[in-house]
Amino acid sequence: MDAQTLTYLFVGLSFALYIGIAIWSRAGSTKEFYVAGGGVSPIANGMATAADWMSAASFISMAGLISFMGYDGSVFLMGWTGGYVLLALLLAPYLRKFGKFTVPDFIGDRYYSNTARTVAVFCALIISFTYVAGQMRGVGVVFSRFLEVEIDTGVYIGMVIVLFYAVLGGMKGITYTQVAQYCVLIFAFMVPAIFMSIQMTNNPIPMLGMGDTLASNPDVYLLDRLDGLSAELGFNKYTEGSKSMIDVIAITLALMVGTAGLPHVIVRFFTVKRVKDARKSAGYALLFIAILYITAPAVAVFSRVNLIETVNQADYEEMPGWFTNWEDLGLIGWVDKNDDGKIQYLADGPAMTGDANKPSFEEESRGAYGERVVVNPSNSVNELYVDADIMVMANPEISQLPNWVIALVAAGCLAAALSTAAGLLLVISSSVSHDLIKKMLKPDISEKGELIAARLSAVGAVTIAGYFGINPPGFVAAVVALAFGLAAASFFPAIVLGIFNKRMNKEGAIAGMITGLGLMLFYMLKFKFDFFGGGTKEDWWFGISPEGFGAVAMFVNFIVSLIVSKFTPAPPQDVQEIVENIRIPSGAGESTHD
Amino acid sequence: MKDKDENAKAYWRENLRYLIILLSIWFVVSYGAGIIFKDALDSIRVGGFKLGFWFAQQGSIYVFVILIFVYVRLMNKLDKKYGYDEE
Repeated sequence: MDAQTLTYLFVGLSFALYIGIAIWSRAGSTKEFYVAGGGVSPIANGMATAADWMSAASFISMAGLISFMGYDGSVFLMGWTGGYVLLALLLAPYLRKFGKFTVPDFIGDRYYSNTARTVAVFCALIISFTYVAGQMRGVGVVFSRFLEVEIDTGVYIGMVIVLFYAVLGGMKGITYTQVAQYCVLIFAFMVPAIFMSIQMTNNPIPMLGMGDTLASNPDVYLLDRLDGLSAELGFNKYTEGSKSMIDVIAITLALMVGTAGLPHVIVRFFTVKRVKDARKSAGYALLFIAILYITAPAVAVFSRVNLIETVNQADYEEMPGWFTNWEDLGLIGWVDKNDDGKIQYLADGPAMTGDANKPSFEEESRGAYGERVVVNPSNSVNELYVDADIMVMANPEISQLPNWVIALVAAGCLAAALSTAAGLLLVISSSVSHDLIKKMLKPDISEKGELIAARLSAVGAVTIAGYFGINPPGFVAAVVALAFGLAAASFFPAIVLGIFNKRMNKEGAIAGMITGLGLMLFYMLKFKFDFFGGGTKEDWWFGISPEGFGAVAMFVNFIVSLIVSKFTPAPPQDVQEIVENIRIPSGAGESTHD
Repeated sequence: MKDKDENAKAYWRENLRYLIILLSIWFVVSYGAGIIFKDALDSIRVGGFKLGFWFAQQGSIYVFVILIFVYVRLMNKLDKKYGYDEE
């Protein structure tokens, strides 16, 4: 069968599976809708958390990004895994013991204040919406590539499917679908990685193959070969970075702390039965995530070597089918600057100018060798633009793997994007129906009414997310990266202090959250969107980029909270008792919503 | 009542001690070996890997996973010791 038919088959089968699970495990009560009834096993919860966590960005973009960034890409690898250590040790067990449905619930009760709750709801909504818009766009892009439909049509298909099982199943439906989605996505990621590892190094384990010798020349290590190739073309050595050390530290810390502060990740630990299950499921979650995260750098190395060896100094007319396919989609662009018909891929600067250095094409017109005509070439010698997002999707084709692997990767991409989108939509809908409606606007709402409100808010959230997926504001990509900074600057200190500092009061926490969030927003608007006079790299405070600034804003939040709480009254006795109580694991009971 | 409070305090103290030890390891493998001392460690090679690069892209993640499972074990034992264990 050809790749297209197989893709329809694999994607269709996997979707039938997800929808079947959603019907089988649909939610009947608010408790099932918000926290899956509170009886999910730690292993299942770990898998679901992993699928929830690993978005289209992790699955599709990360390995590609690393392959262009080399050592600097380590910030993603350490940042997005190390956060789980913080989550397991500092947050998950205590929040589970506290036993409420949402993060704003914790903030509102621990700080005995509706102002604190409102600030938390506001933060949760901003973080989740920026994040989900990127996911819906990702769903659209994947559909358009593999099912050959328009990106907008792809977004609509994705909306209908997410709507179906998030609205019907709630947390319970999502949890069990995510278990299936995890299995699909990890299988789809590992199979091509193993194939490539064998091709390049004869070693069937990709994480080891990355440090092994070449299959074609057993005297040379793969990484040395790559460092050599990079140096030849004028790039930085792959194993050495170009970012400053302080910036690498700041970005890694912001991503770690941000991960631990993301509401859709935290809420996962409300779905297990006991405190010890919460600890254990954080461990399983990281284990399942780590499988992909230790394979990704290997995939990055294989595809980097493959790409350089395939394209550099090669005739454009000899390029394989995948090259021209992606060129047709505008994710590869080539200009023959020195009229030799060969591709020069060098590091003297981006090949194109203008908007993010992406190529702009003259519709339909073709150059001397049949390439698409690019209208914005730069002055550098480099002739090639390759979008980082295509590396994972194109790998099976670049390595000439069988058609069923290509189809499998398509199903994996969709599993990754859909599972994350569904998890985020649930956080949004519970923020609206539980934290806003039940806790603040209409406390006497019935169980049934709240369940209807939760489903309606899920519908609303899908619609808004779909709108942003179809009309992406130019800044979505930038904001998704910054969502971590926002989470780090707002939630993390408030929750940690709420558990580990009995004396922390509402004045301290609110002042800290507002200062942290405000500072982060200011820095991001100034250096990303040119507000407040803008600024360039040279103007960065302490040489820290906006992506890493969440780490600074987090420290400021901690300091402000501690100082303000010193000069304001201690929290009431019953709140201090809550804190003592959450520190002890026994008697967690079930998550409640009163 | 007093005994119960003392018990809870002692439990919390031991818990904090574990946290400090485990988080120090967390810091050393990622920020230490993977970033701050990366260049020094890179002079040591294990197969095709330079050691600092390996910690940044592989090693730290292995250690993270082990850290959480060690924590789970330690805390389960601690729960039993102080009578907070649940079946």
